[in-house]
Amino acid sequence: MSNNSAALLSNDFIYAAMALYTLAFFAHAVEVAWSVKTPAASVKKTKLDFSRTERVGRLASAFMFLGFLLLLTGVIFRGISASRVPWGNMYEFSITGALAFSAAYLFGLKKYKIRWLGLPVSLAVLLTLGTAITLLYRPSAPLVPALKSTWLVIHVSAAIISGGVFLLANCIAATYLVLDRYEQKGARPTWALKFPTLEALDNLSYRLVALVFPLWSFAVIAGAIWAEAAWGRYWGWDPKETWAFITWVAYAAYLHARVTVGWRGRKAAWLCLFAGSTFLFNYIYINVWGTGRHTYSGL
Amino acid sequence: MKSTVLDSKSFLRWCWRQLTSMRTALILLLMLSIAAIPGSLFPQRTQNPLKVREYFANDPSTAKWLDRLRLFDVYSSPWFSAIYLLLFISLIGCVLPRSIDHFKAIGAKPPLTPKYLDRMEFFTETRKLNLDEVEKYLKKRRFRVRRDLNSISAEKGYARESGNLLFHLSLVLILIAVGFGSFFGSKGDAILNVGERFINTPTSYDILSFGKYQAEDSLPPFSIKVQDFKAEYDPMTNAPIDYTLTVSAANPAGSTEKTEVIKVNKPLTFGSTKIYLQANGYSPIVTVKNKSGRVVLDGPIPFLPQDSNLSSIGAIKVPDMDPQIGFVSSFLPTADRDPVRGGFSSYPEVLDPRLLISVWKGDLGLNNGVPQSVYRIDTSKMTRIGLKALVLNETYDFSEGSITFTGWKPWVNLQIVNDPGKGYALIGAILAILGLLISLFTRQRRIWVKQGRKTQVAGLAKNSIPGLEDEIKNLVKEISDE
Ligand code: HEM
Repeated sequence: MSNNSAALLSNDFIYAAMALYTLAFFAHAVEVAWSVKTPAASVKKTKLDFSRTERVGRLASAFMFLGFLLLLTGVIFRGISASRVPWGNMYEFSITGALAFSAAYLFGLKKYKIRWLGLPVSLAVLLTLGTAITLLYRPSAPLVPALKSTWLVIHVSAAIISGGVFLLANCIAATYLVLDRYEQKGARPTWALKFPTLEALDNLSYRLVALVFPLWSFAVIAGAIWAEAAWGRYWGWDPKETWAFITWVAYAAYLHARVTVGWRGRKAAWLCLFAGSTFLFNYIYINVWGTGRHTYSGL
Repeated sequence: MKSTVLDSKSFLRWCWRQLTSMRTALILLLMLSIAAIPGSLFPQRTQNPLKVREYFANDPSTAKWLDRLRLFDVYSSPWFSAIYLLLFISLIGCVLPRSIDHFKAIGAKPPLTPKYLDRMEFFTETRKLNLDEVEKYLKKRRFRVRRDLNSISAEKGYARESGNLLFHLSLVLILIAVGFGSFFGSKGDAILNVGERFINTPTSYDILSFGKYQAEDSLPPFSIKVQDFKAEYDPMTNAPIDYTLTVSAANPAGSTEKTEVIKVNKPLTFGSTKIYLQANGYSPIVTVKNKSGRVVLDGPIPFLPQDSNLSSIGAIKVPDMDPQIGFVSSFLPTADRDPVRGGFSSYPEVLDPRLLISVWKGDLGLNNGVPQSVYRIDTSKMTRIGLKALVLNETYDFSEGSITFTGWKPWVNLQIVNDPGKGYALIGAILAILGLLISLFTRQRRIWVKQGRKTQVAGLAKNSIPGLEDEIKNLVKEISDE
């Protein structure tokens, strides 16, 4: 297969994946909307019957899974088209990041009852892919010399996977804050009755962060080792490095706050959001507008 | 109001306890992350001195204030250093005593069973269980067990604290390694045209900085001759694909030379010194003659690339002519024209080179002691006497002499770094991750069993990793089944 046709095929798969995530988004929306419609005024809200929405929910998860497979194929063909790992510019980082994010969701789905998260997750994946293919798209090309290293595979994959899980934890923390506000004012709205308890949300986002914090630390250290090989120093306060450090310290503070100072719930959720936004800032702002040596966005 | 006069000793003790408290550490940690931010928003001297100079030129009064706050040197500023030093003192003050306690407590019994188990997590009541059986069951599962008359307190997962302490001690190791590297290391840059030889002595460098305690004569005595430099570009996108630098190296200088290849991710190593390929560009070769036709300058002059197609700017300074002559110049490896931008380079390889010069006469300002960029000319005391775009081998005659553009050579920027601390930093980093994994994934939990009219069982999962509930259920089930 010629490089060019592989690149075109990759694009087709990305578009197809977007179509499926759109379907998944609507199915999730229908699931949520129906659970709002179900009760007659007389029915006690706590005893809702969700059997009607169950099938749509399952369908939504199937769409999510198919979307994931298509996206995975798209990413792989992107790599084939350039005969390398598909992590050479920001378009490629974005599609792989979206892949990691939805993989994190699917993994979580196997273990926890988080199907309801499909709504924000499918939306976030759609937005990421949409931005990627319209604003960030670059033709498939060989790597610049600085990226030619095994550390690319190690460092970038660790960073992207951590990022996906951090963002999932952020979605959960944000949901926590929204539902917390409702509960403060009285009761949850009907559409959210099926969501887990606040405590479960709180624990889930903590577990996710605790799970990938070592991986993120590893990504930072692998970056430092690579920087030593490529740039002659393992740490130089380049903007990208600085923000990786800020993210690391923010998550470390979050873990400390939970375990040693005993922060739970609202305060912990805000701290989690802060830490996650430093990650996003690093990804978006520093890649697009930043200076420094990590200028591989191709923009 | 009650006023207590603290004697200085107890005041110090109070300070120390505040500093090493977890809350202080948390605040310091957050402060550190916030204090790191300005360094990524303002240009930093250590990374981008040119940008800093530009800032000063554009807005001198603001720049002066920012400089007073050390915002161009954030990571070496007193306030940034203060935060991390306090943090590490806090860390040491917190972790060392804990390590000692942890070490002493090897084999110690878990704490007493609390009085009211029904307030603890996973509380259940069952028919009477045999405490001996329970003890055996827990011991088989490697719990530490405290057996009292009618209760059992058991704990497992002490590795969590060990891992945690390992993690924090490794952070201290990393800090020490970073300090060691900056005190005893050195770092320098040298720009070499292809064909030139570099001998590793302080005078051969364009820039060289030593750590505080690094002796200047301690540089390893190697020499490097630049044999060849090849840059390969993608003809579609103009992006670089590969750089290959071939050198012949001798250590010590004068011994037999060996051919070595340096690439972007493959530095050349002599002991703890590494030589990196950092940047590359072009040096146009010019011959300048004075009015009487005598050659006053002949050779390659390194120019500074400005964009990805290697349009480069440079300064050709001829202080030996009278009056002094300077050529403010640009080099275009593949010249192209655009009605708006004028001349520019459309490809990074040399396919159709141009040397654009404007000729200035007057005082180059080299003797007034102010350091000057080698790529720029201060023309404030000069007047322009000519302007020309030269193709290869073309000569331009101006009123004071002539200049001929005779060729070009690639140059490479070698960065030569000696960091004796980095091995320790790496060990620290690996141990830190190991400690982190152990502490985050070890389930530390307690189980209590208490005999009354019925048997009460409860537990405590220290870092809320799920699993204890099932563990307690299994315990109850298996013992009651027996
Ligand atoms: C660079 C600074 C620091 C970083 C990055 C850091 C990071 C961490 C991390 C990731 C954990 C694991 C949290 C968990 O068990 O879930 C932890 C635990 C802990 N840290 Fe730090 N820490 C730092 C400084 C400090 C300092 C200064 C102190 C003491 C004053 C301290 C005391 C502790 C303690 C006591 C724990 C154990 C919490 C527990 O009981 O599980 N840390 N730290």
